[in-house]
Amino acid sequence: MEKRFKVSYFLNFLGVLAVFFLFVLLFENNAFGRSTQYIKGISTTACYTIIMVASLNLVVGCMGEFSLGHAGFVSVGAYASAIVSNGLTGKGLPDIALFLVALLAGGIAAGLTGVLVGIPALRLRGDYLAIVTIAFAEIIRVLFCNLSITGGGKTMSGIIKLSNFYWSFWIMVVCITVMYMYVRSRFGRTVKAIREDYIAASASGINVTYYKVLTFTVAAFFAGIGGGVYAHYMTAMIPTNFNFMYSAELLSEVIIGGIGSITGSIIGASFLSSLPEMMRQFSQYRMLAYSVVLVLVMIFKPGGIFGAWEFSLIRVYERLTGRKGGWEKSRKKTEGGV
Amino acid sequence: MLKITNLAVSYGAIEAIHGVSLEVHDGEIVSLIGANGAGKTTILRTISGLKKADKGEILFDGADLLKTEPSKIINLKLAHVPEGRHIFPQMTVEENLEMGAFTDGKDMAANMADVFERFSRLKERKKQLAGTLSGGEQQMLAVGRALMAKPKMILMDEPSMGLSPLLVKEIFSIIREVNKKGITILLVEQNAKMALSISNRAYVMETGKITMEGNAGEMLKDDRVKKAYLGQ
Repeated sequence: MEKRFKVSYFLNFLGVLAVFFLFVLLFENNAFGRSTQYIKGISTTACYTIIMVASLNLVVGCMGEFSLGHAGFVSVGAYASAIVSNGLTGKGLPDIALFLVALLAGGIAAGLTGVLVGIPALRLRGDYLAIVTIAFAEIIRVLFCNLSITGGGKTMSGIIKLSNFYWSFWIMVVCITVMYMYVRSRFGRTVKAIREDYIAASASGINVTYYKVLTFTVAAFFAGIGGGVYAHYMTAMIPTNFNFMYSAELLSEVIIGGIGSITGSIIGASFLSSLPEMMRQFSQYRMLAYSVVLVLVMIFKPGGIFGAWEFSLIRVYERLTGRKGGWEKSRKKTEGGV
Repeated sequence: MLKITNLAVSYGAIEAIHGVSLEVHDGEIVSLIGANGAGKTTILRTISGLKKADKGEILFDGADLLKTEPSKIINLKLAHVPEGRHIFPQMTVEENLEMGAFTDGKDMAANMADVFERFSRLKERKKQLAGTLSGGEQQMLAVGRALMAKPKMILMDEPSMGLSPLLVKEIFSIIREVNKKGITILLVEQNAKMALSISNRAYVMETGKITMEGNAGEMLKDDRVKKAYLGQ
């Protein structure tokens, strides 16, 4: 079991490396001709969107609660990291260190906000919680529109451009790995138990509020990191970027990808962040396209494209080589063992 | 072992429990019977901290439960099997049992082997999602999960709810068996006849008060109980 686990992580790492080098190869050889830079940009967008969507999936999928204010956390992370990197530029730090410090600051700021919002809000469930999270994101937006440190409603520009595709890619990989490990850990399972039946969970001695706030905080932390990558890619932003529509967009990406599936979040986020670019000509109909996709998914695949299913390289490998009796058996193994 | 004195609990402005006192001794099965809305479930929920009390005292092995965090109560080895088979439907049987050992995972493997020995049906369905089990199996799982915490006492809320007569019999024989292993049981039931037949002592509740208490065997023969709860 232990060995299979290690092999699985190793295989996944090889897979990630392969994908990375594929991108490097394509970009460095100008495979798309003149649009290479443009596609590189979209891929960077996809990377930070994946972080944000996967973090929202922790709340929606793992914890089973709807949060409609995820843009609030993204915004806190984006502004905090931008302020930190502005303050630290020219202090002789190498770019990568500056970037990581800024992202960490963004993540921590968003995480702290997550604790502050989570403690009172997570006593609520379902629709009530969703409303509180909307209110929270609006408060953040209005607050940032009025604070001078965030540019006070004007565009905050001149943020140093630190996000390139290669760094964003690896940051995304690290974030996804940590989130995946969280879901598969004891904590993740406890939170799932709370989602399943909170009465039974508290009867088993689980401190329901604690685990919910913890998950909310982890989700907020990663949303903040996503926001940091966003800020250092866009180099200019305005608080109204992070409005309700942005939260709704993130949520629809979670739902389309599959509630509870990190694979789904990755595919959903990359698909939906490149979709508007593919239809640049009719960009004002973008939300319409979203809605149509959402309706279609809800009709034909109510659990999202991937449901709760996770892609696993070791499963593919075992299926190809016919070891351990293929998919069905190994599925049971992973479910029972980790 | 468990001693409740003068407990009062209310939902908003309405007081549901008016000064109830009851006691459960070591090794006993005590049942709490009564009609719908008498407050039986409320008492259990208050004991395990899911509901706050207005006044009164609940002592378990000398510890004041009203001053204990709900998530810490299980550490005192007092388990609660909630009403209506609260299991984790999207988790496997095995994972459900693991959650039962949440606060104390030291002897988890041994405990699980014990539970599987007692409930062979659960062992067969170890890897199955709990939501796909039948009603009786789900109730067994709920009891099994409570046993995973190695409790000294179990609070059982309506274990016979929604089960066929045959399964009700099975569940009650399980309860008796669990008790024989030295676990004290406080049983809340609507099925008064079954509950009284396996209990040592019993309390009868009506609209938030205890109206009768005594030996379970005698109560089975009591005219008032017969008339009100046994339909005779």
